[in-house]
Amino acid sequence: MKNTLITIQKLLGDTVYKAHEKLDAYVLKHVRKMTHKLTHNKLLNVSNSHIIIAQKFKIKITNKRREMAVGYIFISIWIVGYLIFALYPVFYSLYLSFFKVRLAGADIRLDFVGIGNYQAAFLQDPYFIEILINYVLRLALNVPVTIVFALIIAMLINQDIKAKGVWRTVFFLPVIISSGPVIAELMNQGATTLPTIENYQFIDLVINNVGVFLANPIQALFDQILLVLWFAGIQILIILAGLQKIDKEIYEASQIDGASPWEAFWKITLPSIMPLISVTLIYTVVSMSVFSLNEVIIYIRNIMLGESTPALTTGYGYSATLAWIYFFAMSFIILIFVGLIAVRGKKVRA
Amino acid sequence: MRYRLILKEVFIGLKTKDGHRFKVNIKRFFMGMKFTDGIVFKIGIYALLISLGYIYLYPMLYMISNSFMTMNDIISVNVRWIPSRLNWENYQLVWQEVNYPKALREAIILAGLPALAATFSSALIGYGFAKYRFPFKKMLMFLMIMTFIIPPQITMMPTFRMYASYGLLGSIRAFVYPAILGQGFNGAIFILIFYSFFKMIPKSLEESAQLDGASPFKVFTKIALPLAIPAIIIVFLFSFVWYYNETYLTGLFLRGSELSTLPLRIEAFINNYTSIYPEGSRARELMQAAKLAGNILALLPLLVLYFFTQRYFVESIDKTGITGE
Repeated sequence: MKNTLITIQKLLGDTVYKAHEKLDAYVLKHVRKMTHKLTHNKLLNVSNSHIIIAQKFKIKITNKRREMAVGYIFISIWIVGYLIFALYPVFYSLYLSFFKVRLAGADIRLDFVGIGNYQAAFLQDPYFIEILINYVLRLALNVPVTIVFALIIAMLINQDIKAKGVWRTVFFLPVIISSGPVIAELMNQGATTLPTIENYQFIDLVINNVGVFLANPIQALFDQILLVLWFAGIQILIILAGLQKIDKEIYEASQIDGASPWEAFWKITLPSIMPLISVTLIYTVVSMSVFSLNEVIIYIRNIMLGESTPALTTGYGYSATLAWIYFFAMSFIILIFVGLIAVRGKKVRA
Repeated sequence: MRYRLILKEVFIGLKTKDGHRFKVNIKRFFMGMKFTDGIVFKIGIYALLISLGYIYLYPMLYMISNSFMTMNDIISVNVRWIPSRLNWENYQLVWQEVNYPKALREAIILAGLPALAATFSSALIGYGFAKYRFPFKKMLMFLMIMTFIIPPQITMMPTFRMYASYGLLGSIRAFVYPAILGQGFNGAIFILIFYSFFKMIPKSLEESAQLDGASPFKVFTKIALPLAIPAIIIVFLFSFVWYYNETYLTGLFLRGSELSTLPLRIEAFINNYTSIYPEGSRARELMQAAKLAGNILALLPLLVLYFFTQRYFVESIDKTGITGE
């Protein structure tokens, strides 16, 4: 009984295998024929050494050219996507920033205003410049704080400590859970500020001694210290990866030469991870700036979705203008930070 | 182990009344010596870790503990962290109102498909950038990084109108099509991850395959991709998380359609509910706990995912060389 079953199984298997083989051969034969026809015709003739297009243009196939073509084939999907989804919106919004846009039902009406929108943003808009300056000040304070904390935490985790995995899990958690609604809710309920900080009259001290101009951003920093720290998730990992790549022997050698840990930090650790710090800087500025609860973004969105009135400071065209000013402010900040780091880096190396 | 040895030395010093031995080892124990950290240093590190960990976990703990509270607990001054009893009503309310199982399934599809598409496309693109030389490569990469730096808010309105004219609005296609062409949320980061990962694979490996007659695509699928599994995992996970959490653009593209992500659904539910009750009423106070329960339910899938895959999350950043040398 068992033997017969096995023979049947074998027979079945054989036939299926043979049929499969035949089908494969058949399909392959036709595919080959098709590709041959596609590459050996009057319009396009591909041989081992040349490509002839329309029997006239002869292109020699060199290794370099082949590599080029394959490279372009690999990134072609990106180029197509860029042309379809990324390029047009950017230019269209730049174009619209020079217009007064009025939505009339489904179609839009454009009136050219030149740089009127940009002038309006600086001269007529009662809020925008103030919001922007406040934001830039806050950014100037928050970004270094985020990165210093990321650096401290990364260095702590990099120490020889128990339960490394647990700590990494804790410090990386914000990346997973920091979505717009969740943070908005936490902010509403006042869970983004540490109650212990408010109890010490630290902020009053700053206001009394330094002045309101600086105290406002500092107060904002402490109000949302958790948010600021929560932005440090990915930065911690980037810095941590950099720290782990530093050769341990360098530290040992420096210790033997009598360097204190403090000196080792400034002379070994920091210079080795300097390039990573500029990466984290750019990442921090960008991620803070595109965060959907950021006040500039909210202001721009309100204008974009709001009613378009004859006044210049309304409507989509104007909001596009604001977005572009915002973008330039952001790039400017990134440039300043990266420039500072470059100068500092030179000093360390010298 | 080391500490025990040093302590032993200290006791020997005490027993034999060897003052020098005692002093040196006590100092060693507290302050450490070369290549060993003293106990003071260790305690300092753990104290810092614990306090920073507390700051990081504070909002999470706050959410969890408050989501279980009853109205009385929230108002009461005596209850701060631990609710008087585990109160599941808040969860039940949200669970039923948003039809959680169905909403969850939808949210997973809505984040999973674009994430898959983004992983696939960014692997191809990253490989092309990393392994081949062609003209304008630097410029194209610069343009790619620019797509990350330009805030989506700048391009939001044109994008919206464009999607409307392509007929992509209100369906999952609005996310899958850009993702498959390498233009999904944070697409540039994923391409860069693959780029730096493929850069690290030695060229000789591919050359030998080429000599054996493998076509470039065969080299990609048979050699490069299997080696890139850590990168694939991390890109998929990040992409999934970011699609899942994205509310700004998702809300815009899916407005007025049946589809919605879980965080958006819960937000909508909360807004609906709060508008029923007048400002300052007690029922509205109660909503605080329900809102937090809603948020926890929205985060739950991600937390579960994270606890199963956190190894990959934190380790593969290392392996994938995201740091971009």
